[in-house]
Amino acid sequence: MSAVSLLYVVAFYLAGAIFFGGLAWVIADYARTPAPLKIPTTPAPVTNSGVALRMAREVVLFESLFRSSKWTWLFGWMFHFALLLVALRHLRYVTEPVWTWVTLVQPFGMYAGFALIAGLLGLALRRVLVDRVRYVSTPSDHLMLVLLLAIGASGLAMRFVAHTDIIAVKAFMLGLIYFEPQPVPTDPVLLLHLGLVIVLMIVFPMSKLVHAVGIFFSPTRNQPDDPRENRHVTSWAAPAKH
Amino acid sequence: MAAAKFDTPALKGYPVIPLVQKGATAHLKPYVAPAPIQTAIGFPGELVENWQEKAVAKMGELLKKYRSLKVYMDTCVHCGACSDKCHYFLGTSDAKNMPVARQDLMRQVYRRYFTFAGKFFPWLVGAKDFTREVLNDWYSYFNQCSECRRCSVFCPYGIDTAEVTMAAKEIMGSIGMGQKYSNEIIGKVHRVGNNLGIPEPALEDTLLGLEEDTKEETGCDVKFPLNVKGAEVLLVTPSADFFSEPHVESLIGYAKVFHAAGISWTLSSHASEAGNFGLFIGNYGQMKAISMRVREAALELGVKRIIVGECGHAWRVAYSFWNTLIGPFDYLDPRYPVPQHICESTWDLIQQGRLKFDKEANDDRIITFHDSCNVARASRMGSMPGGQFVIPRAIITSVANRFYDMAPETIRDSTFCCGAGGGLLTDDLMELRVKGALPRMEALKTVVDEHGVNFMATICAICKAQFSKVLPYYGFDMNMIGGVHQLVSKAIRLDK
Repeated sequence: MSAVSLLYVVAFYLAGAIFFGGLAWVIADYARTPAPLKIPTTPAPVTNSGVALRMAREVVLFESLFRSSKWTWLFGWMFHFALLLVALRHLRYVTEPVWTWVTLVQPFGMYAGFALIAGLLGLALRRVLVDRVRYVSTPSDHLMLVLLLAIGASGLAMRFVAHTDIIAVKAFMLGLIYFEPQPVPTDPVLLLHLGLVIVLMIVFPMSKLVHAVGIFFSPTRNQPDDPRENRHVTSWAAPAKH
Repeated sequence: MAAAKFDTPALKGYPVIPLVQKGATAHLKPYVAPAPIQTAIGFPGELVENWQEKAVAKMGELLKKYRSLKVYMDTCVHCGACSDKCHYFLGTSDAKNMPVARQDLMRQVYRRYFTFAGKFFPWLVGAKDFTREVLNDWYSYFNQCSECRRCSVFCPYGIDTAEVTMAAKEIMGSIGMGQKYSNEIIGKVHRVGNNLGIPEPALEDTLLGLEEDTKEETGCDVKFPLNVKGAEVLLVTPSADFFSEPHVESLIGYAKVFHAAGISWTLSSHASEAGNFGLFIGNYGQMKAISMRVREAALELGVKRIIVGECGHAWRVAYSFWNTLIGPFDYLDPRYPVPQHICESTWDLIQQGRLKFDKEANDDRIITFHDSCNVARASRMGSMPGGQFVIPRAIITSVANRFYDMAPETIRDSTFCCGAGGGLLTDDLMELRVKGALPRMEALKTVVDEHGVNFMATICAICKAQFSKVLPYYGFDMNMIGGVHQLVSKAIRLDK
C-alpha cells in the first residue's frame, strides 16, 4: 500500500475515533450536568410531547431563527437541508448493495450540492457585510465556512467537471468500514475532498459545530412549562430539610 | 454624585437598527458594593488577591452545576440572530450590548481555560486570558443586561444571555466585585424583611393609613390585614406596593378585590417582600433563603393559599422556582395553583361573576399594556401557554372601555424590557436606563399618536418605578404608568 493510502487510512480511523468519541463525550457531559431550575422560554409547551414538537420545529424548520432574521434563516436552512440531502446521497459510497431509498434521494442530493454552496456563500457574505455579525465573527467562524465551501466545491467538481473513479472510491470506503483497507484513488481533487472531510470530522466535536448536539440539551427549549404541577428536583439543588 | 450628562435618544416613528459603536457605554457601571454590604451576604469585602484563579475556579464549578451555562458556552455559532434584539443595544449602539457579544465576554474566558481550541489556538477562536481589562468589561457589560431573555426567544438554540449574566454576577460577587444596589437590597431583606427596609411598625402604620384613605374614598371598611393567623390567603407583594406611587394604587386594588369577593387575606411582616434579588445576582443560596421566608410565613400564619402581587421577577421566582426551592406545598389548598398570581385570582373571580365593575370609571384613560419581561418569557398564568398575555389584558378590558395594544413585535414574548430589570434600577445607571427604554418608548409613542393612549398598565414594580422616572425624559407624563389593579381599583363596585 502506498504512503498516501496509508496516510488516508490512518487519518480516517483517527478522525472517526475523534468524531464519534468526541460527540459521545460531549453528549455524556451535557447529560450528566444538572439543570437545577425550570427555565423554559415561555410561552412553552406544558407537556413532554409538546416539547418534542417544539424541538422538532426548531431542528427541522429553525423556527426561532425564522422569527429573528429571514436572511440568516434562508441561507442557514438552505445550507443545512442541502447538507442533509448531500450526506444521504453519499450513503451510496458506504453501502453495498445501495439501499433503495438512497437511490431515490440520489438525484436530489446531486443538485442539492449547489444549494449547499449558495447557502454557505450567503452566510459568508452576511458575516462580512453585516457590521454586527462582522463584529462578533472570529477567524474560526470564517474558516469554518471556507472549509465547508471547499468540501462542497471539490465534491461538485468531481461530479460535474472532472469525474473521479467512484468505483475505486467506494472500494476504499468499504475497505475502511470492513477493516480491510484498500488503496485510495490518487485523483488530487478527491484527495482534497477527503482530506477536508477528515479535518471537518476532527474539528466537529471541539468547535461550535457541537450546536448540532447542544440544541437538544438547551433547557430553554427542552423543558416543559410545568413547575407548579411537577416539583423539579436535581442532584445538587436537592430539597432542603425544611 | 453628579452623573455625567447624556443625550436622551430621539424617538423615531419606526425602529432602526443602529450601526455598532465600540465602547459607547463602556463608561457605564454601577457602584461596586463596599465591604460591609459584600460581607453581610457572605461575599469577600473587596477584590481578592488571587481573583483570577478564584474566578476561573468558580466558573468551572458553575459549568458543572448548570447545564444551561455549559451548553450555552459551547453552542453559539455567532449567527447574529440575537444581535439586534437587545433593548440596550438598540438604545446605546454599543457593540458589547449585542447579546452574542455580551455572552462572548464570558465565552472568551471559557474557551481559554476550558477548551482545547482556546488553550492551544486562542487567536483562532477569540479566546482571551482573564485579565483585569476583561474583568472591567465584565463589570460594565454584565451590569448592562437586565436578564430579560428577549434574546433567548430569537436564538435558534435558545441561548439565554440571562443565564450567562447571572453566572458572571455570581463569579464577580464571589471574588469581591459585587454590585452595590442589588447586594445592599439583599442585605436589607434579611435584616428588615423587605427591599425598601420598612420595619414592621412602619408597615403597620402604612396599612392603617391605607385603610383610612380607602374608607374615605369608598365608604367601605376595606381591610389591609397584617400577620393575621388563619387567613385564607397570604399575599406576598413587592414592598414598593406599600410606599411608592403608582405601586400603592395596585395594593389598594388587591384589597378591594379581596373585600368584594369576601376572601380573608393577610400580609406578613416576615415575608413583606415578593422581590428576590438573589435571582439577579445568580446566587442560588440567596434566592432560596429569600424565598424561604414565604414558606415560613405561610406555615406560621396557617394560610391555605399564597398569592403574589404585581412584580415581574418575583413572579418568575415564585412560579418557576418556588416549588423547587421551598416546596412541596402539600400544606396548602390543592384546589388552587401554588403560587397564584393576583391577576389569575382576580380573573377567576371575574369569570365567576363575583366582581362587579363600573367600566366608565376608567373612561378618562386610553390604555395600553406593557408585558413585563419576566412574566412574559419566564412564567405563565392560567392553564394555557400564553395565559400571561391573555389574562392581564382580559382584566383590563373587563374594567375599562378603551384599550389598544402596542405593535405586535414589541409585546407578548417579543416585549421590550423597561430598561431597569435585573438589578439595574439604580440612579448610578440612569443613562443606561433612559437609553434602554428607547424601544418601548418608540412603541408607546406610536399608540399615543395613533390612539391617544394616556395610560400604560403593567404588572411589575420595577417597570412602574423605571417608567415613572424615564417617561419624562421622552416628553411623556410620569403618571402615564400604573398597575393593572390600579384600573381594577378605580372601577370595582363595593357593597357598603
